[in-house]
Amino acid sequence: MPKWAQGWLGLTVIVLTYGFYQAMAAPREATMGNLYRVFFYHLPHAILSFVFPYLNLAASLLYLFWRKRNVERAAAADAFALASAEVTVLYATIGLATGMLWGRAAWGIWWAWDARMTTYLLLWLLYVCYLLVRSFSSTGQTAMISAVLAIFAAIDVPICFMSIRWWRTQHPAAVFGGGANSGIDPSMAPAVLWNMAAWAMWGAFLVGMRYAIERRRQQASNAEALGILNDDAAMAVLTHSLKEVR
Amino acid sequence: MNYAQHVLTHLRKDLRLEWRTKDSINGMLFFALLVVVVLAMAFDPASFPSMTRQISGGLLWVALLFAAMTALNQSWARETNNSVLDAHRLSAAPASALFIGKALANFLFVTAVEVVLAPIFTVFYNLQPLGQTWKLLVILPLGTWALVVNGTFFAALSLRTRNRETLLPLVLLPITMPALLAMIQATTAVLTGEFEPTLWIKVLVAYVIIFTTACVLLFQTVLSAD
Repeated sequence: MPKWAQGWLGLTVIVLTYGFYQAMAAPREATMGNLYRVFFYHLPHAILSFVFPYLNLAASLLYLFWRKRNVERAAAADAFALASAEVTVLYATIGLATGMLWGRAAWGIWWAWDARMTTYLLLWLLYVCYLLVRSFSSTGQTAMISAVLAIFAAIDVPICFMSIRWWRTQHPAAVFGGGANSGIDPSMAPAVLWNMAAWAMWGAFLVGMRYAIERRRQQASNAEALGILNDDAAMAVLTHSLKEVR
Repeated sequence: MNYAQHVLTHLRKDLRLEWRTKDSINGMLFFALLVVVVLAMAFDPASFPSMTRQISGGLLWVALLFAAMTALNQSWARETNNSVLDAHRLSAAPASALFIGKALANFLFVTAVEVVLAPIFTVFYNLQPLGQTWKLLVILPLGTWALVVNGTFFAALSLRTRNRETLLPLVLLPITMPALLAMIQATTAVLTGEFEPTLWIKVLVAYVIIFTTACVLLFQTVLSAD
């Protein structure tokens, strides 16, 4: 891991710790007591899992753009698309799990088929399906198939997101920008913002790590295809020529 | 030849193929009928008319969806015989014309199945709709096209994967979920007469426009990938 990545990880851990302190030190909520504190983890994961799909979309579009123009960049875009899709699934899973824990305690049920939960489950399904397709497709086709699928999935996400306005809902109305009574008590704002920042940093770190791993896997499989995996001199030439291509 | 003529040529070819074998329509029709019968065993539709009205929309679309999926998997397999797909790639005709031709053909096949299935369904399930039944004439074609346009596209996409038969449902179901919701809600609205289907028809129209555009724009990429 390069120095700056280690620094980023350290900083992330500090912000995560401070976010945890803020979440625990925030005042008790009037009706739900301490129970609501899971909200500080639910909200960042839920919001961020709607951000990573668009990084995935951007990377997929760049892949399709570079596919015939610049093979190295296309491979990098594909690696980034994979990384962001995996983090989407991770964050959506945590968002669903914390939401269900909260729902069980607050409403007495683990799951209700209301609009927000259904559409959020659909987001999760879409990106699990994306990862499945990646593992199914024959090598050499994976990147193109998954890039096309990523575009379809990303088009589907806003259609799902809108449906909260079309269907009656059990989930609390949108916390931010949801009308007159929306918004949170100012005393809770620091905890929300710190946790938001912390989990965004952590997500960025995961995407970066996964991207680096996928790039190494690509380089290893390229080298294997060229039959120069254990030939250090040939690897050096290859790496140098790839840098020139870039 | 202009674009419409290309589409028409592809459509005519697919219809002729189907006319000679009648594989898709017969397969779909019998499959949908079986699904309807199996679902009738899960509950007694003739004895509970109001419950039947509530769930019939969902059952009908589930039967059609499964039936369509069996045919969609085959619709591109035809083109892989004798490397016809490679010939399509070399052809000067626009790739999207091939796609639209095939999607239209699949649309006509599924519609034919619906025309036969709808009366059988009504009789078997003792169904008495309480809403404005003519609205089904808008909902059924829209819903069918929403299923078929994505289904044809993803069937072409899954040609390039190892286990293509498994892949199509895995991809098609999550992507068409908003459309499925809309067509089931609209159909239920017509059958029960409890609410207006207008909102869900609008959702379907938007879905159809958005996804048809996406399919047409991306089909060239899928076809010419090597």
